[in-house]
Amino acid sequence: MELQDLWFGLIAILFIGFFFLEGFDYGVGMLLPFLGKNDRERRVIINTIGPVWDANEVWMITAGGAIFAAFPQWYATMFSGFYLALVFILLALIVRGVAFEFRSKDENPRWRATWDWAIFFGSALPALLWGVAFGNLVKGTPINAEMTFTGNLLDLLSPYTLIAGAAGFVVFLLQGAIFLSLKTDGVIRRRAEALAPTLWIVVVAVAAVLAIANYAYINIFDKIGVNPGVMPVASSAALLAVGYYLRQKQFGWAFALTGVTILLSVATFFWFLYPNVMVSSTNEAFNLTVNNAAASQKTLEVMTVVALVFVPIVLIYQGWSYWVFRKRLTADSSLEY
Amino acid sequence: MDALDLARLQFAVTTVYHFFFVPLTLGLSILVAIMQTLWYRTNNPVYKQMAKFWGKLFIINFALGVVTGLVQEFQFGMNWSEYSRFMGDIFGAPLAIEALLAFYLESTFIGVWVFGWDRLPKGVHLASIWLVALGSNISALWILIANSFMQQPVGYREVVGADGVLAKVEMDNFLDVVTNPNVLVQFPHVLAAGVATAAFFVLGISAWHLLRQTNDRDFFARSARIATVYGLVGIVLVIIVGHSQAQHMVETQPMKMAAAEGLFESEDPASFSLLTIGDWEQREEVFSIRIPKLLSLLSYNRLEGEVQGINNLQDQYAAQYADRYGEDADYRPPVAVIYWSFRAMVGAGSLMLLLAVVGLYLVLRDELTRVPRFLKLLPFAIALPYIANTAGWIMTEMGRQPWIVFGLQRTEEAVSPNVSTAMVAFSLVAFSVVYGVLMVADAYLLAKFARRGPRDDESDAPGESVSALAAAK
Ligand code: HDD
Ligand code: HEM
Ligand code: HEM
Repeated sequence: MELQDLWFGLIAILFIGFFFLEGFDYGVGMLLPFLGKNDRERRVIINTIGPVWDANEVWMITAGGAIFAAFPQWYATMFSGFYLALVFILLALIVRGVAFEFRSKDENPRWRATWDWAIFFGSALPALLWGVAFGNLVKGTPINAEMTFTGNLLDLLSPYTLIAGAAGFVVFLLQGAIFLSLKTDGVIRRRAEALAPTLWIVVVAVAAVLAIANYAYINIFDKIGVNPGVMPVASSAALLAVGYYLRQKQFGWAFALTGVTILLSVATFFWFLYPNVMVSSTNEAFNLTVNNAAASQKTLEVMTVVALVFVPIVLIYQGWSYWVFRKRLTADSSLEY
Repeated sequence: MDALDLARLQFAVTTVYHFFFVPLTLGLSILVAIMQTLWYRTNNPVYKQMAKFWGKLFIINFALGVVTGLVQEFQFGMNWSEYSRFMGDIFGAPLAIEALLAFYLESTFIGVWVFGWDRLPKGVHLASIWLVALGSNISALWILIANSFMQQPVGYREVVGADGVLAKVEMDNFLDVVTNPNVLVQFPHVLAAGVATAAFFVLGISAWHLLRQTNDRDFFARSARIATVYGLVGIVLVIIVGHSQAQHMVETQPMKMAAAEGLFESEDPASFSLLTIGDWEQREEVFSIRIPKLLSLLSYNRLEGEVQGINNLQDQYAAQYADRYGEDADYRPPVAVIYWSFRAMVGAGSLMLLLAVVGLYLVLRDELTRVPRFLKLLPFAIALPYIANTAGWIMTEMGRQPWIVFGLQRTEEAVSPNVSTAMVAFSLVAFSVVYGVLMVADAYLLAKFARRGPRDDESDAPGESVSALAAAK
């Protein structure tokens, strides 16, 4: 295996980690105004992700940095090409992050309500736009021979990419609801448990539409034929099993299997994409691939050593931090936010 | 303004804003860790109160440091795609390493620290704040390694395209990139600047309380004493390292030094400018007060030695790079901005040194809390490190212009070709508005909590628990 293939895989893993972790934490943010009816309840909801949201977001930052280091051309083309979409994601994440820290530091109800909505929109917009962005990577965007994106914002919004965006959006909502049912007690837990099965039906519906769209809008046939292979099938099976466990009220299993669905869907996505990293709708010859977008061997070697040493260390201490805060939060837990 | 100017303005706005929060994070994380260590060692509750109170202000500041950092990570691709293509092979690595080594560390353990007061053994909780401090400062190291490559490219190999023109640079020796001579002076300077920033922040707020005779005298008197020592160490190091940096600059970027000194013609021995008014268009000085030989002394530690002037360097570069940029290309940075930002930084630094020395004298005589005339100055002195930090970066970055990577790529070659003027104008306005609003909210909260003092803090939100309140009733 070449180093650029290894790095393609590592970036896939970083995005899997990002969507797995940040997925439920976007979901919690989106559910905040609806599952928390009063200030105390909202504080409990925010505190379920309080100790971890920042570290979850670092998965995205690291994925961005890894793309820059291992595939500078991809970094340059994607972020300049998706410029306005990225501006919106960044603005959303900025107000969201500040809102977590600021909302409870003043008693004024208007102050708190404002930041609560900042958390909602700050979570909802990226939840939607990441799916749109990934949809565009596989579907293809206008890219010329200089690897420069030549389209505009509207080119990025098509039925297919919007369906992809919606899929991410609803999965994150579901995962957020399940997470809350695991991490809270009392009334919030009951509301979350009641909501999750409904959300699951929506997710299944959107996932079915996405599956059809994959055949209708992108050249999946050419690539893999009718049989989609084991990963997407396993991913769908996991999603169906989630419904079963939700009905059995086994939310730990439901959480794990939704996680598996996210993991396998993102893995499937990268598997479809390979060996491309961005598809050009202008001319196939202009595709960015793991070869023509990669950094030099030297850089890849250095980065490989660094990643192999530090990724496991990060996993250990981040896992430890989840373990420290594993307890359910109740209305009389001590709260920071 | 065209897309290039707007992209530059946006970079300057977002980065200066990011760096408004960064130095306090760097220095205050260490100071809070020191306070908590004192609590751990002595069991004196006042030190726990200190760690909590200053820690709260730390968190408010930290939040903005984090979210503004997000923009930094992506905007090289967004606005400077040609730079990313040209430099990415070298520049991306430190950025990714920074995330992997530092951001995970600080973001994980800040959560552990904030939420862990009652949940973790004392020692583990103490370790978590030290890990936050370590993470923040490691992050500074890696980003400065990246920045140093732009100031002084080392460890690279040139890749020439089919047309015979320099197409990009590639990593040749990673160790050289990491041990860039520029970062060896830049990192200690920034680190010490962070220490000084945090010290003056704590001093200013403590002095405000001491003047008002609030009922937390002991708390703020102790905080002020610790901060005085911390600040003196910081500012002395900043100045010593700053001096080495200036010497380094004369060697590697003489044009920046010439601009910082308003020196139009080469001199030997060179004089140091106290005040220069120049005709920047005609490239000559109109009026100048200078101290003879001092610039040579600063540059070389002796009373002679040639320091090159702007006009000589311009001619030299025009010849040197003629085949790439033609014979008339301009290599002069905006002299007035650089000249004045250098003076602002050094001026602020000198005032800080003065205040810290007087402060130490008073601390040693145990009179710090009894000299209102001195205490009254300190709240205003909080502005000094902020002025110096901002001016320092403006000088460093604008002094490098027109180069984005010194000697290798010019800034106008680096901008994204497909991001239109309208798009940058939109994002610039959007970021500025959001940043403006957040700045107001941040200042409001900092002032509110700083004013409130540590007592009230204990009964407030952190660790607040409904059952405890119920029990108290
Ligand atoms: C000398 C120090 C320094 C400098 C020059 C910069 N930063 Fe910074 N950055 C920090 C020191 C720092 C820090 C102290 O480590 C911060 C501030 C608050 C924090 O959480 O970490 C941070 C936060 C921070 C974050 C958020 C991390 C998180 O979510 O925890 C990102 C993505 C960046 N920075 C990226 C950048 C980039 C791409 C820069 C180059 C233009 C940059 N920073 C300049
Ligand atoms: C955090 C502290 C920093 C501040 C306050 C700062 C400030 C500035 C300013 C004011 C400019 C505008 C110069 C001009 O347009 O004339 C600039 C340019 C630039 N700086 Fe920095 N800088 C900082 C750190 C960095 C770092 C760490 C890097 C790289 C890792 C960097 C990369 C750049 C680039 C790429 C430009 C070129 C774009 C431009 O010319 O505007 N800067 N910076
Ligand atoms: C008083 C004596 C000081 C001297 C002689 C000095 C010297 C310098 C020099 C020469 C540079 C430019 C380095 C380059 O472009 O290569 C610089 C940059 C800088 N200075 Fe200072 N400085 C002083 C005080 C301060 C103070 C008090 C602070 C803040 C508290 C500060 C913060 C900075 C920062 C943030 C930078 C930009 C980063 C860098 O290039 O290191 N400086 N300083």
